[in-house]
Amino acid sequence: MTQTAYPTRADLEDFLYDEARMLDEGRFQEWLDLFTPDAIYWMPLEWGQTDPDLVTSLLHEDMFMLRLRVERLTGARTFSQKPKSRSHHVLQRPFVDEMDHAGGRFVTVTPMHYVETRLDEQFLLAVTATHTLVLQEGALRIARKRVDIVNCDAAFGNIQLLP
Amino acid sequence: MTSLASPARHDARDAPARREAISALVRPGEVHRDVYVSPEVFALEMKHLFANTWVYVGHDSQCPRPGDYITTTIGTQPVIMVRHSDGAIHVLYNRCPHKGTKIAIDAAGNTGKFFRCPYHAWSFRTDGCLLAIPLKKGYEGSGLEESAAGKGMTPVGAVEVHRGFVFARLAPEGMGFAEFFGESLSSLDNMVDRSPEGRLEVAGPPLRYMHRCNWKMLVENQTDTCHPMVAHESSAGTAVRIWEQMEKPEGMERPMAMEVIAPFTSPYEFYEKMGIRLWPNGHGHTGVHHSIHSDYSAIPGYFDQMVAAHGEDRARAILGESRHNTVYFPNTMIKGPIQTLRLFKPIAADRTLVESWIFRLVGAPDKLLQRTAMYNRLINAPTSMVGHDDLEMYERAQEGLMSDGNEWVNVQRLYSPGEPEEVTAPEVENGTTERQMRNQFAAWKKFMLMSM
Ligand code: FES
Ligand SMILES: [Fe+2]
Repeated sequence: MTQTAYPTRADLEDFLYDEARMLDEGRFQEWLDLFTPDAIYWMPLEWGQTDPDLVTSLLHEDMFMLRLRVERLTGARTFSQKPKSRSHHVLQRPFVDEMDHAGGRFVTVTPMHYVETRLDEQFLLAVTATHTLVLQEGALRIARKRVDIVNCDAAFGNIQLLP
Repeated sequence: MTSLASPARHDARDAPARREAISALVRPGEVHRDVYVSPEVFALEMKHLFANTWVYVGHDSQCPRPGDYITTTIGTQPVIMVRHSDGAIHVLYNRCPHKGTKIAIDAAGNTGKFFRCPYHAWSFRTDGCLLAIPLKKGYEGSGLEESAAGKGMTPVGAVEVHRGFVFARLAPEGMGFAEFFGESLSSLDNMVDRSPEGRLEVAGPPLRYMHRCNWKMLVENQTDTCHPMVAHESSAGTAVRIWEQMEKPEGMERPMAMEVIAPFTSPYEFYEKMGIRLWPNGHGHTGVHHSIHSDYSAIPGYFDQMVAAHGEDRARAILGESRHNTVYFPNTMIKGPIQTLRLFKPIAADRTLVESWIFRLVGAPDKLLQRTAMYNRLINAPTSMVGHDDLEMYERAQEGLMSDGNEWVNVQRLYSPGEPEEVTAPEVENGTTERQMRNQFAAWKKFMLMSM
C-alpha cells in the first residue's frame, strides 16, 4: 500500500461532503452523476430492515426513479414544489468501515442531521447514511446508498427532497 | 356553525337542534365546509359516525397465536385487538378500568395468558374480564363488583372477522355487519381469493403518512377519477416522458416501476369508461370494467397455481376483476389486484394519519408481493412523488376552505336533479361521477344522526 493510493480517507470525506452540498444547493443533475448506472438508493421503513423487496420501504430506487424524482422537482406542473423545498445537511465525520483499494470498494457510515423546509414548515431527521463507493474510471461513484432514519417508524408528512 | 353546542354535553334538549344542524350540512350536490373544518363536527363524528359504523381494526394474521395483540384506534378511540385463549379475536378499549392507564402501547406484542396493567398490576384475561387485583382484601365490601371498574376492560360493541379482516362497531346496538357491508364484501373476497390458499398475511409494517387535512378528503379522493391526469402529471407524466426519451435496448421490457406509475396519467376517457359501482351505506369502487391495475404483466407460475386451486373458469373470473379502489365507508380503502389496504385514521378535523398496509397472497410467488411492496412505496409513502402530488392538494383545500368566499364544496359531477339521496341497491355509473362521494355523504348523515 502506498501513501498516495486513491482514495485516501480525506478523499472519501470530501466526496461525501461534496455530495451533501450538491443536494443542499439543488445541483441535482450533478448529484445523479455521482452514482453508478446500476446504483440503488434505499431508505428502509423498518428499523434494521434487511429485505428491500418483500417489505415496504420508504425508498428503494434505481437511477430511472432517481432521475424521475429529480426531473419532477423542476416540472412546470409540480405543484408540491411551488414554492420549492430546501434542504440542509449537517454531517458528522464519517466512519470508514471498509477501505479496500485492491477491490476498489469503500464503505462509509455517516451520521447526519437533515433539515428540510418549505413555506413556514421545517422538520429535522436524524439519519445515518451508509455509502458503498466504488472506483469507476478512476473516480469515486456511489454504488449503493442506504439511509436509515432514526425514527423510521414515525408518521411523517411529506419528505420531498433527499437526505 | 353555532347551533351544534358542545358535543360533550348530550343534553336531550339540544338533540333536535343538533340533528337539524348536521342534516343541513349535506344538500344535493353540495356539502358545507364545516364537515371538513369544524372541530365540533369532528367531535360528533367520533361520537356518532365512528360508533355506528363497522370500522376496520386489523388483520387476524397480525395475531396468529393466543395472547398476540396489536394496538390501534377506531375513530379516535384507542383499542387493543387480541387473540383470546379460545382462538377468538377480541377488541377491547385500551384503558385500564382502574385509573385509565393504557394497557399496551407498543404496536404489537404477545401478552401471554393475561394483560397486566403496569400501574397497580390489576390483571385481565384476554377477553377483558378482571382476573386479579393485588391486595384484593382492600376492596372487600367496597362494592367494586358493581362498579364499572369491577367489570374489567370494556369490549367494543361488536366484532366480526371476515376472511381474516377484523371489523368492529363501537356501539353495542346498531346495524349488523352483513347489512352494513352487503355485496361490497365481494371486493374483499376477491382480494383473498387471489391467494391460491384463500388466505392473506400482513407483510411488514405499514407506511404511516401524516396529512394535515380532514380524513374525508382522503376517502373522497379514492374515487376521484378526474384528478390523476391533472395532479399526477408531475410524477406519472414525467415518468412516461423520461421512459420515451430514454435510450433503451431493443425489446427492453417496461420496468415494474413504470407499470405501476404510468397508468396514473391515463386520459379522462379511460376513467369514464372504467365505471364506478355504488353500494348502500357509503361503499363503492372504481374500476368496474378495467382499471389502472388491468395491464400488469403476468407473474410466471401464478396462473397455474390459481387454476390448480380453483379450476380454470373460476381462476379467470377471480383474476379478471381489476377493481381499482374499493371504499369501505367510513375510512378504509382496499385494492384487490395489488393487495393493499389504506386506513384513514382521523386525528382532528384537520389531521389524518394514513396507514398503508400490504398483504402476501399465501402460496403465491414472491414476485407478486414484490410488486405490491413497490406499489406501496411508489404511491403511498411520505417519500412518494405521487403522495406529494395528492397531499399538496388536500392541504391547499384544507386551508382554502377557511375562506369565507364560499362555504360549500361541490360534488355535483353527473348529478341530476331528483337523484335519490341514498343508494339502496348496487348501481354502476360512469367512472367520473361524483355519485360515490354523494353516496358517502348520504351515509355520513345517516350514521351521524342514527344515535343523535
Ligand atoms: S391504573 Fe391500571 S391497575 Fe391502576
Ligand atoms: Fe391521487
